[in-house]
Amino acid sequence: MTTTSPNSTIEKPLPADWRDLIALTKPRVMSLVIFTGLCGLLAAPERIHPVIAFTAILCIAMGAGGAAALNQWWEADLDAGMKRTAKRPLPQGRLDRTTARDFAGVLCAASVFLMGFAVGWLPAAILAISIFYYAVVYTIWLKPRTPQNIVIGGGAGAFPPLIGWVAVTGHVTLMPVLLFAIIFFWTPPHFWALALFVKSDYAKVGIPMMPVVAGEKATRRQILLYAALLLPLSVLPWWIGGTHAIYGISALVLSSLFLALSIRVGLRERSGAEDTMKPEKQLFAYSVLYLFALFAALVVDRFIAL
Amino acid sequence: MTESTQPDSKTSLSDTKEAEARTPEQIRKSRNRVLGLGLAAFVVLVFFISIAKMG
Repeated sequence: MTTTSPNSTIEKPLPADWRDLIALTKPRVMSLVIFTGLCGLLAAPERIHPVIAFTAILCIAMGAGGAAALNQWWEADLDAGMKRTAKRPLPQGRLDRTTARDFAGVLCAASVFLMGFAVGWLPAAILAISIFYYAVVYTIWLKPRTPQNIVIGGGAGAFPPLIGWVAVTGHVTLMPVLLFAIIFFWTPPHFWALALFVKSDYAKVGIPMMPVVAGEKATRRQILLYAALLLPLSVLPWWIGGTHAIYGISALVLSSLFLALSIRVGLRERSGAEDTMKPEKQLFAYSVLYLFALFAALVVDRFIAL
Repeated sequence: MTESTQPDSKTSLSDTKEAEARTPEQIRKSRNRVLGLGLAAFVVLVFFISIAKMG
């Protein structure tokens, strides 16, 4: 997108619009990050000043936004080739790559330093690791190389509740690690359900997503495996006495439904080109709802038990 | 920082025609206004952090 001055034939690119910079931070993904980070913060057994708590969440959001922007900066060419991502600001040429990179760098650095000075250096260090994990380990290293990319790299999305918790307590204990593990095991079935119905997009740009490399059948089995592991794992915080029955029963019900939907996806086969992939789409939609509900139950459990 | 979710065209400046209709000056002006607000919010935040830390 360019504009031409009436007095000159030289085309100048339009300046970056702030809405495109916001779009670069993947606001929808960020909402889940903020929510799980907030839940980690609220579920922690201690209390911090509301301003410090707000700053911690702001830093988590800025870090997530910065990492997402780095991801889009690095993958601009790939995004252009995929229907799902082709309308992003960089593939559409509404932003230049240098602006995107600088914006991402400033967001990442500001989030870590603000977290360090205002909240603590341990949550700041974990935040820095999570940014590095997502932007470098996942985006640059694993995603283009292995079909297990989402399993290992998905860990980046598991950091927010851990950071939220550590922002309050100042140390890492078993409970926040369990919260990390829940998101870690939730990510593969969540993402592979999506990958099953956008498989052609990934194949087109050469990203070795599980359905592209190992085939649909193997992906469906893996979804089932992770969902089966997620059920006992999600109940573990209750079992070790870290939560009360409200969370425990909620986790049991929510994870059972997750497993039921995963079984439906895991045991079926695509009926043909006209298959609408409804079970996969339902599993994907439910997986988002599942994480919101599970972490909401964690917070409700904590406050009702007080 | 999960990769996931649906197409995100709605969250961006999806209406390209609208973007094209805006002049560079308009875009720069609105971006500077947002930047100014962001900086003002940061100053306020640092003030409240200082109060909270001293308390």
